[in-house]
Amino acid sequence: MSDELNEIHSHDVVIIGAGGAGLRAAIEARSLGASVAVVCKSLFGKAHTVMAEGGMAAAMGNVWKEDNWRVHFRDTMRGGKMLNNYRMAELHAKEAPDRVYELEEWGALFDRTKDGLILQRDFGGHKYARLAHVGDRTGLELIRTLQQKATSMDIDVYMECKIVKLLKDSSGAVTGALGFWRNTGEFVLFKGKSFILASGGIGKSWKFTSNSWESTGDGHALAVRAGADLIDMEFVQFHPTGMVWPLSVRGLLVTEGVRGDGGVLRNSENKRFMFNYIPEMFAKETADTEEEGDRWYEDKSNNRRPPELLPRDEVARSINSEVKAGRGSPHGGVFLDIASRRSPEYIKRRLPSMYHQFKELADVDITATPMEVGPTCHYAMGGVRVDADTAASTIDGLFAAGEVAGGMHGSNRLGGNSLSDLVVFGKRAGEYAAKRALGMTKDVEVDQAEVRDAINEALAPFNRSQGDNPYKIQQEIQDTMQSLVGIIRNQQELEQAQVEIDKLKQRVNQAGASVSTRRFNSAWHTALDLISMITVSESVAKAALLRKESRGGHTREDFPKADPEFGKINHVVRIVNNEMTVTPEPLPQMTDELAEIFKDDVK
Amino acid sequence: MADLNVKLWRGDENGGELVDYNIEAQDGEVVLDVVHRIQATQAPDLAVRWNCKAGKCGSCSAEINGKPSLMCMTRTSVFEPGETITITPMKTFPIIRDLVTDVSFNFKMLKRVPALKPKPREADGTYRMYQEDIERGQEFRKCIECFLCQNVCHVIRDHEENKTNYAGPRLFIRYADLEMHPLDTNDRLSLLQDKMGLGMCNITKCCTEVCPEHIHITDNAIIPLKERVVGDRYDPLVWLGKKIFRKSKAKTTVTE
Ligand SMILES: Cc1cc2nc3c(=O)[nH]c(=O)nc-3n(C[C@H](O)[C@H](O)[C@H](O)COP(=O)(O)OP(=O)(O)OC[C@H]3O[C@@H](n4cnc5c(N)ncnc54)[C@H](O)[C@@H]3O)c2cc1C
Ligand code: SF4
Ligand code: SF4
Ligand code: FES
Repeated sequence: MSDELNEIHSHDVVIIGAGGAGLRAAIEARSLGASVAVVCKSLFGKAHTVMAEGGMAAAMGNVWKEDNWRVHFRDTMRGGKMLNNYRMAELHAKEAPDRVYELEEWGALFDRTKDGLILQRDFGGHKYARLAHVGDRTGLELIRTLQQKATSMDIDVYMECKIVKLLKDSSGAVTGALGFWRNTGEFVLFKGKSFILASGGIGKSWKFTSNSWESTGDGHALAVRAGADLIDMEFVQFHPTGMVWPLSVRGLLVTEGVRGDGGVLRNSENKRFMFNYIPEMFAKETADTEEEGDRWYEDKSNNRRPPELLPRDEVARSINSEVKAGRGSPHGGVFLDIASRRSPEYIKRRLPSMYHQFKELADVDITATPMEVGPTCHYAMGGVRVDADTAASTIDGLFAAGEVAGGMHGSNRLGGNSLSDLVVFGKRAGEYAAKRALGMTKDVEVDQAEVRDAINEALAPFNRSQGDNPYKIQQEIQDTMQSLVGIIRNQQELEQAQVEIDKLKQRVNQAGASVSTRRFNSAWHTALDLISMITVSESVAKAALLRKESRGGHTREDFPKADPEFGKINHVVRIVNNEMTVTPEPLPQMTDELAEIFKDDVK
Repeated sequence: MADLNVKLWRGDENGGELVDYNIEAQDGEVVLDVVHRIQATQAPDLAVRWNCKAGKCGSCSAEINGKPSLMCMTRTSVFEPGETITITPMKTFPIIRDLVTDVSFNFKMLKRVPALKPKPREADGTYRMYQEDIERGQEFRKCIECFLCQNVCHVIRDHEENKTNYAGPRLFIRYADLEMHPLDTNDRLSLLQDKMGLGMCNITKCCTEVCPEHIHITDNAIIPLKERVVGDRYDPLVWLGKKIFRKSKAKTTVTE
């Protein structure tokens, strides 16, 4: 092999990612007896999951007995505008409660009801209060609980190690993952019988985002470059409420919990403008007066929910329209007001992190003044195409779970449905990956020439020490995606985006890093992140151009309505002969029994 | 706006020095933004660890003008105009490069913590826990593992040799979390005293002062743990009724 490679580890199951999905997969695979490696780019316990705030959705019925998996399934499908993989949505709704109870048994301390059960909170698009939570730091509790469980289980954790390439054997199965240690710059090869991608999202390719630096879409890029299918890449969720000021924190998330706990949106005329934007699909269950909306917080049986709690795509678009119409706040957002509606004590108890965040970063006391908020890039609905039951991708030996997997959320994810998705499908991925590995008798082989090529590719930026500044290219990708493939799209801008992306691809190949050192060389790391970012950007722009309709996290001003024909297809992204292609393929059709759940709905 | 004068520690385990950077100030920034701008324009290979830039992940710990802090939660507006901002890596941990240190000590210590052993569920399949029973635990579980408390604790900051038999404040919080957990049935007190150096903490409270999550590390975790160890060792009655004793104990030492 290459003399650059001095370290090889072999495991039954190799998991790329230590967020909620990766950790849950690791626990499952290990408990079935597989030897497990977890590889992550940052320190253990710092994955993006740590930032999740509001909660995890599960129809436990602790607050509303009426709640059950059918209602959760229906809410999820409707939130996704029926484009979801129905089987994933079904499994998710059925299994989420058990996954939450299991976390409790492993030590998670969720907020409690008066009867000592797990308390659940309201969130947009969920008919009943359904989100298990810990104040507004639910992600921290989830990741810590799983991390502590995994730590007690003899799982090998390889932290601050970035995987740059998946390697396949002669039969086409994934058998290796090449990475490098960020601390030393030395390469390391992980050989395995099964691989699970749990690498999170893609948000870093937009300028204003709630995502951490890790969300460069590495897993999406690794998968598609290895020959796996991606689906639904055009659907990117812009969360309606990100901070808009100060500029340095623009995009930072303001949890939906603020609205779930009584906060409302107002424009510069002090109007609750959301009442003007209630779509027909949700009219039956949405309040049409402020009085009714306000009563709903206390009495849910006799009132309908306020329009501030419509699914995220609706709220984000409405805010966008208000700002465009000149009714925005001073820094180009709208006002999110909880100060005039709840007591300071209540706000501090329910939303401590938000209180802190605004106090420390913006000098704003949210118990006294409204916040300024606007849409921020938040979540990728699209991802690796998987089998619903087993989380297997379309290539052998590769599984995917969590945000990197596609299908579960259709065209738009409901708040709280990601954390539950992580544990439901993380568990399944761990289970089926372990079973595959434990059932294999032959040793795995990795193509040495492929290893050498991958190493050379990863070292290329050092050969261009006078090359382009990778931070600058990163910024250009973010500017391009923000302005041309953002929340509202059109034909002309998407075509322009293709042109820009083609140019940026060339630039990415010219990014350089100084040879001063291989140890924690951030310029080098960034240059390699660019490869993933541009691959993902291309897939989003291409799929968006082809979808000539508006649905969920994909809004076309030139095709403002949903088109039933497009409602029947997923866009599948593949790389064929080094060219990225997008192909429409029919959406899996749900069973009659499940279809029955929607029979009373307005189409 | 005027320029900022920033001194960054640059180097590796073989040594290093403070290097001066001059960069235009911008409104509403935090120190991490400034470090990033220096990286993007003047020092591309600068090593700095961060993730969330929102005070939630505990990656960006450093010493800013000597004060252990999160770079992403320290606004530049807190400095006097013209004041130099000096940023150095955490002192207690070995240097990897520039602002990045090797914090693996903490993960090793975390691995040695005996896990939660939950009691069985109630007859109806649930666990009943009341908000007041878990509030203390929730306080401990706010910890973002920034390791700033570990960094300031003099027992290991000034005494490398103690690292083999001293867990440190972050770990004491973790032990307290488990010891006061309503579902737990495991016992860790002897380990804490004999192997984890609980007795070496002399309650200086430096850890509490730097905690960005404002956890009352000493008052709510370390002191109650110390009391339990004493009770555990010398009072047979307490030993018998340990679990009951523990709960009431946790409540009497509340400081908000
Ligand atoms: C601010 C914020 C708040 C949110 N709040 C909620 C909420 O309240 N409820 C909810 O349901 N959802 C919420 N979400 C969404 C949810 O947090 C994420 O979708 C989810 O955490 C993703 O988890 P994951 O396990 O898929 O990946 P992540 O947690 O993103 O973890 C990815 C892992 O992969 C590793 N990795 C990536 N690339 C590589 C590579 N090349 N090599 C090695 N390792 C790699 C990373 O190091 C990391 O360990 C929120 C998101 C944000 C940004
Ligand atoms: S109180 Fe104890 S743990 Fe905290 S800094 Fe002082 S000696 Fe260390
Ligand atoms: S206890 Fe506080 S200072 Fe210590 S690691 Fe946790 S958050 Fe950081
Ligand atoms: S970057 Fe996460 S705490 Fe500072």
